[in-house]
Amino acid sequence: MTDAAHDRPKGEPAHPIRPDADLRPRPDDVGQPPPPGFWRRTADSDVLYSFIRSPTAMVAAAVTILSILACFAAPIIAPFDPFDSSQISLWDGKLPPAWIEGGRTEYLLGTDNQGRDMLSTILYGGRLSIIVGLAAVFLGMTLGVMVGVVAGYLGGAVDALIMRVADVQLTIPGLLLAILINGIARTMLPPESRDELAIYVVIVAIGLTDWPQFARVVRGATLVESQKEYVLAARVIGLPSWLIMLRHVLPNVLRPVLVLATIGLALAIIAEATLSFLGQGIPPTTPSLGTLIRVGNEYLFSGLWWITFFPAIALVVLVFAVNLLGDWMRDALNPKLR
Amino acid sequence: MLGFIGRRLMQSLIVMAVVSAVSFSLFNFVGDPVGNMVGQDATRERREQIREALGLNDSIVTQYGRFVGNMVQGDFGLSYRIRRPVDELILDRLPATLELVFVSAIIAMGFGIAAGVYTGIRRDSWLSRVLLSGSLVGVSLPTFIIGIGLIYVFAVNLRWLPSSGRGGTVDLGWWSTSLLTADGWSSIILPAITLSLFQATMILRLVRAEMLEVMRTDFIKFARARGLGERTINFGHALKNTLVPVVTIIGLNIGNLIAFSVITETVFQWPGTGLMFIQAVDFVDVPIMSAYLVFVALLFVTINLLVDILYVAIDPRIRIGTA
Repeated sequence: MTDAAHDRPKGEPAHPIRPDADLRPRPDDVGQPPPPGFWRRTADSDVLYSFIRSPTAMVAAAVTILSILACFAAPIIAPFDPFDSSQISLWDGKLPPAWIEGGRTEYLLGTDNQGRDMLSTILYGGRLSIIVGLAAVFLGMTLGVMVGVVAGYLGGAVDALIMRVADVQLTIPGLLLAILINGIARTMLPPESRDELAIYVVIVAIGLTDWPQFARVVRGATLVESQKEYVLAARVIGLPSWLIMLRHVLPNVLRPVLVLATIGLALAIIAEATLSFLGQGIPPTTPSLGTLIRVGNEYLFSGLWWITFFPAIALVVLVFAVNLLGDWMRDALNPKLR
Repeated sequence: MLGFIGRRLMQSLIVMAVVSAVSFSLFNFVGDPVGNMVGQDATRERREQIREALGLNDSIVTQYGRFVGNMVQGDFGLSYRIRRPVDELILDRLPATLELVFVSAIIAMGFGIAAGVYTGIRRDSWLSRVLLSGSLVGVSLPTFIIGIGLIYVFAVNLRWLPSSGRGGTVDLGWWSTSLLTADGWSSIILPAITLSLFQATMILRLVRAEMLEVMRTDFIKFARARGLGERTINFGHALKNTLVPVVTIIGLNIGNLIAFSVITETVFQWPGTGLMFIQAVDFVDVPIMSAYLVFVALLFVTINLLVDILYVAIDPRIRIGTA
């Protein structure tokens, strides 16, 4: 504190208004320009600036978006439909990629043991991997954000209970927990519907493992936001707690969630692939990238490396791009690092 | 200090109670225990006799109490598939997992700390850049893909190392080790590297961040002003002060290594507890699943507790904050 602050008599503002100040609204205050629209704000934002300045981020975003688009467009752009048995012939099985002796040009990346075109199966498999990853992250995020806002806003016993549960869960690595939940859930299902429901079981298993991270971050942000004037104002006018949480606190704590969700997507895709590789995840009838790698692994010793290699490369490139994007986002959205 | 330990101990007990309740409920929700013991054609009376003998007609609370009582004595019943006591099966398999974890922890620490110190001191050298980008790739590579890649290169193509199994073992009382035979060592190299890679990249990043932090402090500047040699400053002063958080993380990661050994053991068909667990899930072998769940939870709780206590013992600042 400065000396001036000490000398000031009680009750006087720190920055007194000059007695001769003109307090009437100025003409240009009255006709204020409307707040800038969404595109204007996006174009002016620091985040976009940092994005354009970072070649890594742009390449990572391009690779991520392209692979997602390519996988979702699989039914249109894939040369074959791996699920249509009329297009598959066992005679074409185990063909090497097109540029290797014995490969055929219509099968660019070769064929698997059943004669399915590798490129097409990878596109379809990638689509399933991405869908499962997105759904799992969405589930974990929704759960974690909800629980985090409630814990941070209500505090007290609710907060203590929720955060204790999160702490306990965080002591066990997510992947192991996903294997456990998945294994337990599968054994509880009747055997005949196991394959059918496998995708949902995997989504739930992975989603249930990553909520504590979201809950922790959101709770911290909620604690800060709850002290702010607009929340107090909302309380003063008598809004119910759930409405304040939903309409006022929630939109203001979502920024760090975006970073977590991006990194979470990479982890979820890895988790799904790992579960499927272990034979615990997606059944071979509707292959995901992990299932394709698992199937290909059985042919590795006979030298048919491409059945494993290409799905593995697709998986690694996808996860690496999403990870890079998440890394950049963490730095760009964190004002402390600027 | 005592109060702190007491509180943590209480928390650990609560965690174990929850986990044991979950693994107990597995028996009730998954499969039919009587059906697993008698054949399809057993009579109704015979089934009822067994239900009574197993105590399945008692109340849930009584059954849970009995389960916990047996659990504390290490009794998890018979495996449905192999028909041997589960605790025996786990003890049989434990040396393989622990040896794998031990060797990979050594690799991860050796490589991680060395590379971390190097990238922390020589921030701008090309090797640091390569190591750092490599560590990001390492984080993005799923464990099983690393394993498959290593198998393809070193076992299928070069034929230098075996791709599966544990090699020859030597019995030392109840502990059978593969670290005393030559083919045991050649068998453990690939799985141990696979398991250590992710941990190594994490230790690398952590040590580097800590080194950068310490290098900015006054006592390092003072050591420079005293005219001490680079080597003394880097290792005697800087590295030493990074070790508390690093040791904590490594301690916590022993648990992670055991967890991730599930994947590595499956890829390399390593006969440890992780492979046993995956096989148990495949065959719905509930006693093994439930015992493994309790085993892993106990491991994590114990490690966390030890690390917490060590941390408080080492760093007096925490003691003031919590006690």
